[in-house]
This record gives sequence, C-alpha cells and structure tokens, in this order.
Amino acid sequence: MDKNINIKVKVWRQAGPKAKGAFETYELKNISQGSSFLEMLDVLNEQLVNKERKEPIAFDHDCREGICGMCSLYINGHPHGPDTAVTTCQLHMRRFNDGDLITVEPWRSHAFPVIKDLVVDRRAYDKIMQAGGFISVNTGCGVDANAIPISKQAADEAMDAASCIGCGACAAACKNGSAMLFVSAKVSQLALLPQGKIEAKRRVKAMLSKMDELGFGNCTNTGACAAECPKSVSLSNIARLNREFICAKLGD
Amino acid sequence: MIQREELLKDGEIFAKIPEGPLAEKWTNYKAHQKLVNPANKRKLDVIVVGTGLAGASAAASLGEMGFHVLNFCIQDSPRRAHSIAAQGGINAAKNYQNDGDSVYRLFYDTIKGGDYRAREANVYRLAEVSNSIIDQCVAQGVPFARDYGGLLDNRSFGGAQVSRTFYAKGQTGQQLLLGAYSALSRQVSKGTVSLYTRYEMLDVVIIEGRARGIIARNLVTGKIERFSAHAVVIASGGYGNTFFLSTNAMASNGSAAWQIYKKGAWFANPCYAQIHPTCIPKHGEFQSKLTLMSESLRNDGRIWVPKKKEDAEAIRAGKKKPTDIPDEDRDFYLERRYPAFGNLVPRDVASRAAKERCDAGFGVNETGLAVYLDFKYAIERLGKETVAARYGNLFQMYEKIVDDNPYETPMMIFPAIHYTMGGIWVDYELQTSIRGLFAIGEANFSDHGANRLGASALMQGLADGYFVLPYTIQNYLADQIQVPRFSTDCPEFAEAEKAINDKIERLMGIKGKRSVDSIHRELGNIMWEYVGMGRTKEGLEKAITLIADLKKVFWNDLFIPGKRNDFNVELEKALRLADFIEIGDLMARDALNREESCGGHFREEYQTEEGEALRQDDKFSYVSCWQYNGDDQEPTLLKEPLNYEFITRQTRNYKA
Repeated sequence: MDKNINIKVKVWRQAGPKAKGAFETYELKNISQGSSFLEMLDVLNEQLVNKERKEPIAFDHDCREGICGMCSLYINGHPHGPDTAVTTCQLHMRRFNDGDLITVEPWRSHAFPVIKDLVVDRRAYDKIMQAGGFISVNTGCGVDANAIPISKQAADEAMDAASCIGCGACAAACKNGSAMLFVSAKVSQLALLPQGKIEAKRRVKAMLSKMDELGFGNCTNTGACAAECPKSVSLSNIARLNREFICAKLGD
Repeated sequence: MIQREELLKDGEIFAKIPEGPLAEKWTNYKAHQKLVNPANKRKLDVIVVGTGLAGASAAASLGEMGFHVLNFCIQDSPRRAHSIAAQGGINAAKNYQNDGDSVYRLFYDTIKGGDYRAREANVYRLAEVSNSIIDQCVAQGVPFARDYGGLLDNRSFGGAQVSRTFYAKGQTGQQLLLGAYSALSRQVSKGTVSLYTRYEMLDVVIIEGRARGIIARNLVTGKIERFSAHAVVIASGGYGNTFFLSTNAMASNGSAAWQIYKKGAWFANPCYAQIHPTCIPKHGEFQSKLTLMSESLRNDGRIWVPKKKEDAEAIRAGKKKPTDIPDEDRDFYLERRYPAFGNLVPRDVASRAAKERCDAGFGVNETGLAVYLDFKYAIERLGKETVAARYGNLFQMYEKIVDDNPYETPMMIFPAIHYTMGGIWVDYELQTSIRGLFAIGEANFSDHGANRLGASALMQGLADGYFVLPYTIQNYLADQIQVPRFSTDCPEFAEAEKAINDKIERLMGIKGKRSVDSIHRELGNIMWEYVGMGRTKEGLEKAITLIADLKKVFWNDLFIPGKRNDFNVELEKALRLADFIEIGDLMARDALNREESCGGHFREEYQTEEGEALRQDDKFSYVSCWQYNGDDQEPTLLKEPLNYEFITRQTRNYKA
C-alpha cells in the first residue's frame, strides 16, 4: 500500500550554460508514494516558489505519460531512475522509502550541454535525424498502402525499433557518450522495411558520420544503453546497424 | 474592420464553401484554385507555429513544394509535440476489411458523431483525403500493424460499425508524428525549413489587414524576437489545459490561438470540449495531469459497475474486491443502455454514462469516481497472449501508475478533459477571419462538430497539414508574389513587441504571494465543477463571476521568481495562464449561450427523459463565432449557419 514518506533530494543547480554548478539538498515531508517522481519535484518547486520565494528547479518534461521523450534526469546514478522500462515521468515514489536521499543530475554527456539546472540541449539528436533519418518521399507520392505487402515479422520488428522516444538516455548512460542505440533504432526501422531499403546505404553512412561529427563517442558493446532505455530498444539493433554500415562501406 | 468583409453577409458568416455536389466540391476547388509557380514559391515565406501532426506535416509539405518555411515549437525538438501521445489509431475509409466502409460512411459517421454541428463540406473533404494519408504514412515507413499476409490490419473505434482504424501498437500518434518529423527533418536538411525550437509565439503582427509575422520569445535566453513572412499558420493545438488537469501535455496551451483572437480572428464554439471516458482516475491533490487509456481498450474491455449499491460501498471501503462480484451482480451499463454499439458508443455518451452511474452512487475506488474496465472476458475469449499483443504497453503503463495488474483485476477508469473541438474559426480554405492567417489541426474548429470520434484527430491533423492547407494556402499566396520579403523594422512589429514587453514587465512586477500553478489549479476546479460534463445556467453564470475574481487574483497577487531575460519556466507558465483564464471565461459564455445539449456540450436543462442529449436544431444550428472587442468589453457573437444540404439531421441513436 502507498503511504507518505519523508525524503531528501540532492539536486544539481546550474544558473546557465557557462555558470558553475553545484548540488543543493532539499528536505521534503509527506510525499505520497502514489505521486510520480515529477510530481514530487512539482511539490518541491511549489515549496521553493511559494515559501522561499526562490527560483524553482528547471527540468524538462511534457507529456508525463512516457512517450514524448522530453523528461530526462539521472536519478541515483540511473537515467530515468531505478525502475526499468519507464521514463522519469512514469517513475513513482513507491520506488523510494522513508528517509531516502535521492540524487538528481542532468544527462551527463558531452553532446548534451546543460542549459539550466537539469535541462540540457539535445538538438544533436535532431541533427542526426536531419542527416538521413527519413525516407525521401514527397507528400502525395505514396502508392496504395497495401501495394507492398510487408511480413508481419518485419513490421513488428520495425515497430519495436521505432518505439525509440529520442530522450537521450542511451547516450547519457554510455561511458563513451555514444548515440549508437538511438541511431541504430532509426536505421533498423527503415532498413527492415522495403520502402526504406532503397536509400539504406546512404542513410547509415550519413547518420553515423553526423553522429561522429557532433562529438558522440564510439560503441564498445557495454550494453548500458539498452539496459537503461526506457523503451527497451534492443542491443540487436546496434548489430544490425553495424552490418548495414559494413555493407554500405563495402559498396564504396 | 480587420476581419475579411467578404465572409459576412446580412450579419451572418459564410465559409466560402465551393458550389456543386458534395463529392465534387474539393475536386472542383482544386481544379480552379490559383497556384504559385516554382520560381515564385522560392520568394515566399510561411511561418508555421507548432510541430505536431498538423504543423510538421504542413511545414514539410510546404517545404517540399519550394516555399521557405519558418517552423516554431516550444519543446526542445519537433518530435515532442503532444500528437505523439495519441495511442489508438487513425481512421481512413480504405475498406480493406470489406465490411462496407466508404468515404461517404466515414463522412456520415463523423457528422453524426459530431452531433450535426460540423460543416458538411469540410467533413466530406476530410473523409475523401483520409485514404491518401495512410498511403503517405506507409511510404514514409510508418510501421502500422499488419496481418500474417503482410497487409494492413484494422481495429474498430467508438461511433463506427466498421473497422477502419489503422494502428501501430498503442503508439499510433508517436509513429505518425515521427513520420511527419522525418519528412520535416528532410526539409530542414535541404534548407527549405528553418527550425526554431524552444521558441514560443506571443503575438501575431498584422500589417495593412494581413498577417505578416509573429513575435516570439526565445525560451532559453528570454529574448523577444521578430519574424516576418507572407503568411502565418497556427498549428498550436487545443486549450484543454484550461482545466489544469487534462490528458494534454504540461506545456500544451491555447495562447497562440488566443492571441490571434485578440487581434481579430473569430473563436468558434469554445464550449465544445471533449471529455474522454477512459482515463486513470485522479489520485491526489498534487496530481499534475491525467493519463489517458486508449479508447481501443473498449474493443475488448467491458465496462461495468456493481448492480447493488452495497457492493459498490463495500468496494469503496476496501471490504470487497471487484473480482468478488459475480457476473450476475455486474451492471454492464453501456451494453444495457446501448445494445447496438455497446461499449463502443462515442466518447461523450460513454463519459456521461459513467458520470450518471457514479452520481447515482455506484462508483468504485475510494473517491467513488471510477468505473471498471474489465479484460477478464477478453482473456477468456482470446487468451492472455492475444490480449497482451494488443494492449500490452497500455497495461504496463496502467500498472506503473496505479500499481495494479489489469490482467488479474479490472482497470479503474474515469472521464477526463482530452480534446477541444472548438478553436479558431476558419473558412473552407482553413483561413481565419484575418487575411493571410491560417489555422490547422486541433487549433481550428472545423471538422468535429460538438464531439470528435476516436482516431479522427490524427486524421484531421494530417489531412490539414499534408493535403488541404498546402493547396488552399496557394490560393492566397498567389496574390502575394509581388510582395518582397520585408524587414521586421516597421512600426507594426515594434508596437507588437512593445506590448509584449509591457505585459511581461507587468507580470514580473506584481510580486505577490501566489504561484502560477496554485492559481491554475483553482481555475481548473472552477472549470471542472461548472463548465465540465454537466452544465447549467446558474453554474455557468457562477463560473463567469468566479473566473473574473480569479483574474483579479492573478493580476494582483502573482509571484514570478527569477529574471525575464533568462530560461524562466514560471514566466512561461504565467503568460499561458493569463490566457487560460480568459479562455475559460469565453468557454463559459459560449456554453451559457448554447441552450441545448449536443455532443460534448451537455446542458442539464436540455435532456430527454432517459438522460440523453437534446439538441435544439431550430435555434442552435449554427457555429458560434466570438469576436473580441477589447478587455473590458463583452465579445460579440456572430453566427455561421449550418445548412445540411446532403444529409438529414437525426437524433443520435446508438441503441439500435
């Protein structure tokens, strides 16, 4: 049964991209375990604004149902916190106990610079997508949707890869700061489908080269990305990415 | 007058609907509209505000055509727009299931579902282009669910007797948005679209009666910036967050729509808000939002409450579990009341039926504000594996929030604010009452009447963005090819920017005692109590007074910490709340004026003996279009008559 708990939260505060940051610790009383982690932060912010007349903690969030990919946060050393297969917004306080000290940090990755407090700049992911994460088809060019049958297995696998929400947890979790899981999810989705095969070679080379250019690291098969991915995107996508990349390079 | 005078005839509004038979209107329009040649397209700039299904698809399509597009969103990436959260699916009249579907049937179901308060011509066009949307999405690599033969699968949704809903697990909105986002990304790489993320539009700039740009705040630096263009498209979504608690994302807001209303665009049917029947019930005071459980669950889940009051009381007291109630003591009230559609009645009908049972004392969970959605029967019929394949991710989501396993115990659900059918008034071309200013997707009012059917929001957003606006906007832009790109130094821009700066100064300067959220919660309570599922004359009048009082509190006792020229979330929220308060007032006024019940608008004074909505077609068969007259003035109500030329209006009947 959910009850109310008292906790301490140690949060990274940083006034701006170039400012020096530091941890600050806050005490919170009577937090319902039925509330979400972000609702706990709402309560803390309400306390900061209303009682202490201070600036609230800036953090990214939007849909609060685990799909928009806007929320982030390193919680007790894990992207999206200690629960598995959830985003921070789906993490609930019943995962924590009375008296806990909870450490909250922004994404830790060279390619995601801090904007303020816990908010980071993830535009690098958009840039990788712009480099090739699409099928070149203009509006109105589609043939009848049932004209190309696609095996259920391929469609299902493509869907699993496509479930990536672009939150950045994979790169933040990676000791090399690699975005391979993110890139592989899109490369896999489109390589598995006949519509995407036509420009598969161009796509994989362009996306990987952009990833390197933006300062993401290389993959050393540690697997932290897949373990921390809130959507359980599989490491096998990285294997497929590597195959696609080698095939593409052999064609050069 | 700023409004386009050609829209008004004898004091009534006309929407420029093309002549001819229903099925030929759109074809005829396209055959005779003006187009812009490729060399001229390069010289024309279009601002698109929003990157959801409507905004992203419009920006991408306009970019592909060769226009230069400036596309804005408030999130850090276009892929975050709240379209991403749509779960169940998208409708199209493909008739792949050979179950009797057709463009006409989709049109008819949508008109009927909207309780005969939508425009025939717009809805027919929507049904007509629905099939091209599916083709387009498949071409982009959207991984729709397929059958073993490799062809596309469908499911059924509320308000239809055919299976016409295409889906990608429970993440259809995500996949469609990522499709549009990929098309948008391609145009960004080609340089036809310039993307502005973490920017919020604060005003539209009108020059000589035409929309010529926007003023936006850079949310990272706090800087106010000016952008000019030949036309402006608003695709900023709905205003459901007026209720504070809704299924909308936290930052979803009505400010772009409200700002253009204040510049002279008519606001249509603000009182039509959709309450979705299958959301997770409220759990506590600090709740920040309500989570939707897809309507697709009603395909296989059965909704019930206990037949006996003592059972309901025992459940509320924690003395009995739902699984203790035998089948004969369960009241499957939707199946009982609506045998023909059963659990698949439209959303407004299902929501009101849940409220009726809870008001009568049969509600479950400790608050008494919940009903059961039970998969026991589906698991018996189909097996756990099939149920998991269809709804697994939704069950997981439910379990994470509620800490209950829906495979073993029924889900608890309750209605919540989900979508706003009302919005900026647009004509057939999706142009607002201001020249050069367009509105698409949920931001406009055009296609859903008084109630939207499930899986139709995705359809409308993409129809507007891919297949309607890219045509109709050219009919306007064709006359603008002689207008050179202009600087933002002109006085109209300076004036708009100054007004924004003054407003921000004033807000920062209040230095009162109340946080933005505390006032917003209060607004939400007023709205849910008096402008929610059941509305009365007295309640609405009270709401208007309470909102006026709250507005005073807001402008006199608000506190915003931090600096204005900085990343300042409290300031962002305050600017949005200032508008929500005014939107709430207009919603109440509109609901007060509409003395009938239709779709999502239920006036308790107007119901049948059985508690069904009672329309007053002789008096209210019109679109309410509100015109702003200044902060201290009452708005003017203008009417667009709804003439049904092709179908006869009936009382909605989901019983037989």
